[in-house]
Amino acid sequence: MGTKIWSRALAVAVIAGLVFAACGQQAAPAATAAPTTAATTAPTAAPTQAAQRGAGGNLTILYWQAVTVLNSHHSQGTKDYDGSRLQIEPLAAMGPDGKPVAVLAAEVPTVANGGVAKDFTTITWKLKPNVKWSDGSDFTSADVVFTWKYVSDPKSAATDSSSYDNVKTAEAVDKTTVKVTFKEPTANYYQAFVTGYGNILQEKQYKDFIGEKAKDGPKIPVGTGPYKVKEFKPNDVVLYEINPNYRDPNKPYFKTVTFKGGGDATSAARAVFQTGDVDYAWNLQVEATILKPMIDAADSKAVFVSATSPNVERLLLNRSNPDPSLGDKRGEPDQAHPFLSDLKVRKALAMAVDRKPIADLYGGGLAGEGTCNIVSGVPDATSKATASMDVCKFDLAAANKLLDEAGATKGADGKRSYKGKPMKIVYQTTVNPLRQKEQEVVKNGWTQLGIDVELKSVNAGVFFGREGNDTASKFFTDVEMFTNGAESPDFQSYLAGWTSEEIKTKAGNWAGNNYERYSNKDYDALAAQLKKETDTAKRNEIFIKMNDILVSDVVIIPLVARKSPVSGVSKKLKGIKPNPWDSEMWNIADWTN
Amino acid sequence: MGKYILRRLLIAIPTLLLISVVVYAILALAPGDPLAQFAINPAIPPEVRENIRRSLGLDQPWHIRYVKWLLAAVQGDLGYSFQSKVPVMDLIWQRLPNTLAVLGVAYLIAVLLAIPIGVVSAVKRYSFFDHAATTFAFVGFSVPTFFTGIMLILLFSVKLRWLPFIYDSTLKVSLFDIGSIGHQLRQSIMPITVLALFQTATLARFVRSEMLENLPLDYVRTARSKGLAERLVVVRHVLRNSLIPVVTLVALGIPSVFAGALITEQIFRIPGIGSLLISGIDNSDTPVVMGTTFIFAVLVVLFNIVADVLYGLLDPRIRYD
Repeated sequence: MGTKIWSRALAVAVIAGLVFAACGQQAAPAATAAPTTAATTAPTAAPTQAAQRGAGGNLTILYWQAVTVLNSHHSQGTKDYDGSRLQIEPLAAMGPDGKPVAVLAAEVPTVANGGVAKDFTTITWKLKPNVKWSDGSDFTSADVVFTWKYVSDPKSAATDSSSYDNVKTAEAVDKTTVKVTFKEPTANYYQAFVTGYGNILQEKQYKDFIGEKAKDGPKIPVGTGPYKVKEFKPNDVVLYEINPNYRDPNKPYFKTVTFKGGGDATSAARAVFQTGDVDYAWNLQVEATILKPMIDAADSKAVFVSATSPNVERLLLNRSNPDPSLGDKRGEPDQAHPFLSDLKVRKALAMAVDRKPIADLYGGGLAGEGTCNIVSGVPDATSKATASMDVCKFDLAAANKLLDEAGATKGADGKRSYKGKPMKIVYQTTVNPLRQKEQEVVKNGWTQLGIDVELKSVNAGVFFGREGNDTASKFFTDVEMFTNGAESPDFQSYLAGWTSEEIKTKAGNWAGNNYERYSNKDYDALAAQLKKETDTAKRNEIFIKMNDILVSDVVIIPLVARKSPVSGVSKKLKGIKPNPWDSEMWNIADWTN
Repeated sequence: MGKYILRRLLIAIPTLLLISVVVYAILALAPGDPLAQFAINPAIPPEVRENIRRSLGLDQPWHIRYVKWLLAAVQGDLGYSFQSKVPVMDLIWQRLPNTLAVLGVAYLIAVLLAIPIGVVSAVKRYSFFDHAATTFAFVGFSVPTFFTGIMLILLFSVKLRWLPFIYDSTLKVSLFDIGSIGHQLRQSIMPITVLALFQTATLARFVRSEMLENLPLDYVRTARSKGLAERLVVVRHVLRNSLIPVVTLVALGIPSVFAGALITEQIFRIPGIGSLLISGIDNSDTPVVMGTTFIFAVLVVLFNIVADVLYGLLDPRIRYD
């Protein structure tokens, strides 16, 4: 009888559920209609006043990777920098052209205005006066100095601490002046306190959480930005409301912001272009055949925004011998690669790579463009010489000829051998459908040269990790492929990644950024010269020279200059300026309908 | 009976210990690195990575980390997520309501639908209804949830624009706010359908075969020869006996409700336990993966005991001593 009562209760529950479902169907449109009408009437009431604080309704931003950390100095990736940028701000942002824009600073310090010392040893930041934190207290130079101490303490384990490596001290001269002294003359002086790495924390809130205690620190920082966090669910969603103490009385325009995360890029694209469920969808790395029709559709609700980024998809050619029979000597720089040490062979490989079909995989300009430069994103520092280089032209006949000259003879089966050994290339990259298609294109070209190619794909977590033998760092294959690029518009530290001192070795625990184990005295000399050169035009010249060495010596084969951001923006949304050098949210205070 | 339960609980302890060691070892020894996403970023040089590694306690060998984890876990502390630095327990509590709201309801619907479908198709074997139910069942458990999920989204969200496909976990559902209930139903109806379809199919097949096994037995003939109405024979005798293994199956399925639906949660962006586990695995977030799998293991062991006890209660022929 007990079961009878139970089943009766269930029956009641089901009926109740069905009734609710029926009600829900009718009630729902009314419920959703209410907020949208409220949102649209407000701006039309005052059409001339472009930006009025809180005039807009809710802004929905969709990231397919969710925010996990709001204190950006412990960021796990772009999503965290972007999510935190609504709330905490740097002294200066990096603009779309790679030039700084004052945020908390009153103006950008330069040599001309006396903010930067002529010998490049100090930079003095003047702060905007009367800026308040969202809790109403004053923002002062002490907060800036505190942020430097917090981030640069190794025990804080800040992920962006290297941006402060060159800082010797940061001191508060007065309430609105901070003087930064560098360890040595530093041409790249817009690094500390600039972009997301420079987000300022409030001393009052974090002073007890510096060093080892940083991991117990507040999860939601107090900020100076246009919005403040109302609710935060790690790895899911952040809800923001207007920061009542924001310095510009007319901004921000939107009353609330929903920063939702999770899912996949394709459905994020659907949500912004097809259904209009969201106003902004981040990083739409979707196959062009799916993405393009969505963008071009007559009833598309959004536009696609992008900018050429410093990130370049490239092939890395191993100079060391990955043969497992070498044991501990495997992949060491003193073990020359059996055939990739020969420039003619490398050139032939480069000339057998057809960039056109690879660029087409990136939507032919949608998410990336074919390139033969490894330095990208800043027009003044981009080489024009590479376009006419042999190694940048797809020419199978010339490539075959080069291999003949190099003494790589063709056997009866059409396969080549070099110094008596068959030429076989193992070519690895991460598991990613797009990359596997790129691999096929490259393999096709090399196979036509008579070279055996074995493709390998490794889980990204393993590939970029440090366990096992399949890591990008150990590079126990002949060729590998991934995307990398400079972090700031100054390419010095990025280009230092090919100097001899950065070579990865087993003894050095595979540290350093020289994956290829490339060593060239001329290149090292240019890198050394960069450390002293302070003239922007001359620095750009050196960047171009170094780029040309890497390309003509075929240390790498650049494939695609990728776009960043690659986002979908609702047609209703205005004020978005795609920026490859800073967070996509860098100017969210200016966004309106 | 009390003794039996106690004995089972005591046996459960070494089982759970073993499970935790194995899971921890697999996590520790498998390639993959919580800092992998930093490795390629030139802004995060190796020294910084080492600092972070140390701050996460990853510089110690895994068996020491395991013992530390276990000692804390016994006291109810599952540690902090490597990623968000938030206690794992908080993350689980935050996500459990979403999982229950979708998976729990789907499971309930599945059980409520499966029993009548199974019974009718067994009693009216080879009828049109039986054929239809069989076809439905085969479709239900052979079409993967990611497929049905995407199909539903394309049809109801993209084509017809009826339903949202981005789950809003911040929605405050209140009984007094019909709008919020409506929105909750609209956003959860597709994932619930996807999951219920799959589970109903599996359960209905099981009920049907149990019924078919019981229908030709002697006691059924006896009941019929007593002159009982066919309806009573089926409901009071056959169904009752057939339900004994079904109850076990349903009880054993309950832990999976708490474990979340990995794929369905991902497709509909439901921040449930399943998506927590997936993102934990993706980022080698050991505390999160350990926390969720261990709770799941505890539930499985517990519900196994519950199922066995229920079996004894429902079937007087089984005695525990």
